[in-house]
Amino acid sequence: MTRQEYIKQKWGEPWRSELRKSVKAKERADRPRVHMPELDAEYRSHKLKEEVNQGLSQEQAIFEAGRCLDCANPTCVTGCPVEINIPTFIKNIERGEFIEAANTLKETSALPAVCGRVCPQEKQCEAQCIYVKKMGKEAVGIGYLERFAADYERLNGIVSTPEIPVCNGTKIAVVGSGPAGLSFAGDMAKRGYDITVFEALHEIGGVLKYGIPEFRLPNEIVDVEIEVLRKIGVKFIKNCIVGKTISHEDLRNDGFKGIFVASGAGLPNFMDIPGENLIGVMSANEFLTRVNLMDASNPESDTPVQMGKKVAIIGAGNTAMDAVRTARRLGAERAMVVYRRSDEEMPARLEEVKHAKEEGIEFLTLHNPICYEGDDKGRVQRMLLQKMELGEPDPSGRRKPVPIKDATEWVEVDEVIVSVGVSPNPLIPSSFSGLEVTKWGTVVINQDTMQTHLSDVYAGGDIVRGGATVILAMGDGRKAAAAMDEALQGN
Amino acid sequence: MNRIVRKEYFSPQVVEFVVEAPLIARSRKAGHFVMVKVGEKGERIPLTIAKSDTEKGTISLVIQNVGASSEKICNLQEGDYITDLVGPLGRATHIENFGTVICAGGGVGIAPMLPIIEAMKKAGNRVISVLAARTKDLVILEEQVAEYSDEVIVMTDDGSYGQKGLVTNGVESVINREKVDMCVTIGPAIMMKFVSLLTQKYNVPTMASLNTIMVDGTGMCGACRISVDGKTRFVCVDGPEFDAHKVDFDEMLMRLKAYN
Repeated sequence: MTRQEYIKQKWGEPWRSELRKSVKAKERADRPRVHMPELDAEYRSHKLKEEVNQGLSQEQAIFEAGRCLDCANPTCVTGCPVEINIPTFIKNIERGEFIEAANTLKETSALPAVCGRVCPQEKQCEAQCIYVKKMGKEAVGIGYLERFAADYERLNGIVSTPEIPVCNGTKIAVVGSGPAGLSFAGDMAKRGYDITVFEALHEIGGVLKYGIPEFRLPNEIVDVEIEVLRKIGVKFIKNCIVGKTISHEDLRNDGFKGIFVASGAGLPNFMDIPGENLIGVMSANEFLTRVNLMDASNPESDTPVQMGKKVAIIGAGNTAMDAVRTARRLGAERAMVVYRRSDEEMPARLEEVKHAKEEGIEFLTLHNPICYEGDDKGRVQRMLLQKMELGEPDPSGRRKPVPIKDATEWVEVDEVIVSVGVSPNPLIPSSFSGLEVTKWGTVVINQDTMQTHLSDVYAGGDIVRGGATVILAMGDGRKAAAAMDEALQGN
Repeated sequence: MNRIVRKEYFSPQVVEFVVEAPLIARSRKAGHFVMVKVGEKGERIPLTIAKSDTEKGTISLVIQNVGASSEKICNLQEGDYITDLVGPLGRATHIENFGTVICAGGGVGIAPMLPIIEAMKKAGNRVISVLAARTKDLVILEEQVAEYSDEVIVMTDDGSYGQKGLVTNGVESVINREKVDMCVTIGPAIMMKFVSLLTQKYNVPTMASLNTIMVDGTGMCGACRISVDGKTRFVCVDGPEFDAHKVDFDEMLMRLKAYN
């Protein structure tokens, strides 16, 4: 049965037809989208570890689920990189079968509580919702509902583990425990493989742990989902770098029949402008790793972190929003986003930008740093910003920022966080001999199978895409699992 | 994993730990380092691997008690476990038959220098090791260094052992008496800076193994970045060894004080 046929079959179940008929489509469409309750902006801007979004109540979730028209050909599914059976889980919420909804999510997603929180739904599933595409209304809150179902299961302590077949004895290695690796591991374990995930850091979860802060994604939630993977037999080895601690040959000799490389794009980009190596100028990765992974703002932690009063974040992606909001929570009186384009081009999720603005973050759009100056101890004191305007669209369709002649401005800062993108970490690709990489350092793969030029090595996530999203990484993990399984079955 | 099988004091402040780490012992080369974290709330700090025993599956780490994190490690006893230990990291030292090589190590830097001395000797070099310390008690590993060196010169600041003077005095005396093809230096940043300035004067190619602040040690954050030949490089993945004559030591010295 194909995915479409399966979705169709579920759509045709008697309870679904009943439910569709129970409320008129017009009435459903007239409902306003529910707003997720969130912590007060002033209060939360001092609370590093309290989640901003509070989640929907049962009543809210059922009401919002009722907005979904249960389309016969659900376009929302095509907008989801892992093709969650969206109408089925939503209709289960509408009829109050929350656990059934959670189980539907788990059919295709290894981390629903995570994705419900961090996916840019407005660019994915929700962008394909019929309300947006045909009716000029706000999309069904698919992300909110996904989060609701996953949280309901966790909060009620009834997290079920998917049924898995008897282990087939085939050993598979996963390099990296971020979203791509976890998604792949989950899918392969469900197919009966013996999975070992190798992680370089001392914590499992990749960017979900060191990058995304607790006020957006509590670590506890990530740990619950990792625990599910452990229960279905996935083994995790921390502090082990494939390519350094153990080689590709070691893995082959140890009987691993396939390797999925999901080591991410962890290498931060800098702008190479004067003063960038002053004290107080750092990458967003360094700042967030210190605060999130090392818990540096906790007095009990041995790791230090600078807590600036006048902090500038350079860039406007999700990482920049995470960094600027974190800096605010660590006591920044002035926390600024410096971005060379305008509001419209900002790559961050809309919700994060909105939250940041509510928390008093200043946005210096159409500004670009030219240099930094420090005091006699080498500590950053001020930055020179070039004012920009938008010129002609470039080949990608985005309007190019152009400097406005002689329009510059000095701004005082005592901390600068550079968040202008990441590159694939060269450490792992360089240690797999025969692996082909592009000039950007991404691993070259067959787009259909995620297979690299080495027949036993597949790759996915940011190591093949450059910096992208959690859900795209998870989609790659799923695709690679399907393809590797097929290749191994064929042998 | 990572049980401490032996602890030995070189001096009241300098401790050698022999730690179980079979995979690291097997794959490490001279110049590699590890990241170490002790305790749940511990900091990740870099330590160079001084020795390894592939049969026993152990590596040796030499630590000087200089701050909160190193003290935490120094307080561990035989039989205790290091919470997190990852490696080998960084690029291995470039070893070849250069001819005559001076290995200039200062203080606790002598420990990470030892595997390089050994590898240089095995590659056929004439090795002259210059060991420097503030005072007699802080001269470590002299015997082991001597085993792989054609000559060992010991310098102490106070003249309590060997010759009185700085490491640069020892290096300069060698350069003045014979042709030197390569110099390798490991020690405090200020020492490496002055070794580098000296050898630049005499046109002796010099490699320095840099000890910057690190967090992950795998290229993820850039805390360890320095300028080499005007370009920003990450010590943890591009190094830790660089052409000393191209390193901006003043910037490095400044950045080392970030959390002071």
